[in-house]
Amino acid sequence: MAVCVAVIAKENYPLYIRSIPTENELKFHYMVHTSLDVVDEKISAMGKALVDQRELYLGLLYPTEDYKVYPSYQLCRYGYVTNSKVKFVMVVDSSNTALRDNEIRSMFRKLHNSYTDVMCNPFYNPGDRIHSRAFDSMVTSMMIQVC
Amino acid sequence: MMSKTDAEIRFGNPAELHGTKVQIPYLITEKNTFKRMDDEDKQQETQSPTMSPLASPPSSPPHYQRVPLSHGYSKLRSSTEQMHPAPYEARQPLVQPEGPSSGAPGAKPPRHKASLIRSFSVEREPHDNSSNYPDEPWRITEEQREYYVNQFRSLQPDPSSFISGSVAKNFFTKSKLSIPELSYIWELSDADCDGALTLPEFCAAFHLIVARKNGYPLPEGLPPTLQPEYLQAAFPKPKRECTLFDSYSESMPANQQPRDLNRMELSIKDTADFPVPTQDVTSDDKQEQNKTRLALKSTADEALPKDMSEDPATSKDSNSLKARPRSRSYSSTSIEEAMKRGEDPPTPPPRPQKTHSRASSLDLNKVFQPSVPATKSGLLPPPPALPPRPCPSQISHHNVNSERSAHPKPPTQLPNYGDFRLQKQSEQVSEAEIHPQLNRAPSQVAESSPTKKDIPHSQPPSKPIRRKFRPENSATESQEPPSTVGGPVSAASGKPHAAVQKQSSKQKKAIQTAIRKNKEANAVLARLNSELQQQLKEVHQERIALENQLEQLRPVTVL
Repeated sequence: MAVCVAVIAKENYPLYIRSIPTENELKFHYMVHTSLDVVDEKISAMGKALVDQRELYLGLLYPTEDYKVYPSYQLCRYGYVTNSKVKFVMVVDSSNTALRDNEIRSMFRKLHNSYTDVMCNPFYNPGDRIHSRAFDSMVTSMMIQVC
Repeated sequence: MMSKTDAEIRFGNPAELHGTKVQIPYLITEKNTFKRMDDEDKQQETQSPTMSPLASPPSSPPHYQRVPLSHGYSKLRSSTEQMHPAPYEARQPLVQPEGPSSGAPGAKPPRHKASLIRSFSVEREPHDNSSNYPDEPWRITEEQREYYVNQFRSLQPDPSSFISGSVAKNFFTKSKLSIPELSYIWELSDADCDGALTLPEFCAAFHLIVARKNGYPLPEGLPPTLQPEYLQAAFPKPKRECTLFDSYSESMPANQQPRDLNRMELSIKDTADFPVPTQDVTSDDKQEQNKTRLALKSTADEALPKDMSEDPATSKDSNSLKARPRSRSYSSTSIEEAMKRGEDPPTPPPRPQKTHSRASSLDLNKVFQPSVPATKSGLLPPPPALPPRPCPSQISHHNVNSERSAHPKPPTQLPNYGDFRLQKQSEQVSEAEIHPQLNRAPSQVAESSPTKKDIPHSQPPSKPIRRKFRPENSATESQEPPSTVGGPVSAASGKPHAAVQKQSSKQKKAIQTAIRKNKEANAVLARLNSELQQQLKEVHQERIALENQLEQLRPVTVL
């Protein structure tokens, strides 16, 4: 299940970041922030990337690390970038369930769709924090899917 | 069903003013009938029609189909009718600025408001009665739907197409709701999240805005009565009521009645199609609805532009001015133009001004060559003539010498200027002196008798002269000041008017300085004149000499 979901704008500032409140959110924020470097590296490595779902999904960003805190997590950071260079970073706890790659992809797809819906709202100014309730509910569903 | 609605209408009528109700035909009667249809079709309940608070009171008196259930309904309805105006009225601020399509709503709102509020409260009660749709506040009445449809048409002429996000955004921004709320309402209403609103989506959004304006908290999810499918299915219903159309046509120009009948026929067809799966029907209904709407629209458009044109005048947001197409744009442009005009204050034409006498002379000579130079040219030489001040001063020496007698005032003036006490004391003396000074000003060159000591105005120009002549004048001046001082002193003893004397002395000083300056100018001009005349004489003499030589030489050459 997702422990932390973050939507990073093209300019690398967060549009939406939410993590499980039980944990020290700052740590997740830090993890997401450090992941951005990896995301940028992967993006640049792609070169003239073709518009492809597969290429939007960046996969595991960092080696799985164990979060030695009760409850112990095995945190995996996954990255996903849209064509407009909006990045999704998801920190997933794989200790309970071994999430497959496809599952992660589907989660990102849902994120992307929800994000698109948010963008479709004419009252949403690109670059604002995302306050969409639909988006929140979708993220919540992802975060508690295992719980 | 129909009977129920009719009964409701009837009962509801007393609650409302009939006259106004008639004006707003499609009001709740349609809504009621519609709801009946819905109830029956969807649930086939004979329960009292769930009166949405927004249900406008049945306004069409012609409906008279008694129903035993009407009693309860009437109560509900009266309350709902009264409740109805509340959101309707809340809508009025939105509506009226935009010009309600039917003129009646304008009069209606006040009545509806109170009833609406009550209806809202009552609506909650009948929840027990209406188990089908507990979310009554989210039910759109016919009256409201018509209004929404009209608004939709104003934004998008084709009822079957979409309203783009930006257009809708501008439109809804006029409701003065906060952006997050509007964003949330959009989220709720745009079911397909395509960034555009279809007619049902638009109605849902509009309805949510109206409800929100009335203080209703926004729901977590789109109420079932606001679902696009529901609304689309509901659309054909309203047209069903013939009487409603008649009453509606009353509000519209009479010539539209035949169209109403056509609409009725089409609506009947729509309703006939209704049994078909709603989803499939929607498209067909839409087509037919489009026809009817187009027919309506042509008439509605006539009224709309008038109403719309009123909106910009009262519209609160500048966005509306930009977003509004059609008639609104007229007034919007006019307003914008007016604003532009207001913003462009007529720039004052550049004034040639600011030219001093001499400067103007130069400029004028360049700009207008005509007679001005004739008068101004005389001043041209003066500037170059100024440098040789010492010369004129020397020339003026002669004058000054003669004026010395007239100039002795400077030394006397100095002490007068310096000492206010003396000034006070010398008020009388200065006053007496000023007059002779004034008289003497024109005759400065002429040299009046130097006996008068006060020639303050000549003091500045004569300063250099004075310096030279001070030693000369000092002798005389020294004699004079003491005499003048002595005089004023004696006079001052009897003069208690200090302040007045000061003021008058200051004024006199100012006058004296002005006089002095004028005298200076006169002196300068006089000098220039004399010099020029001398030069002219010399030139004449030279010319004569040359001519003589020429004549002497000519016979030689000719020969």
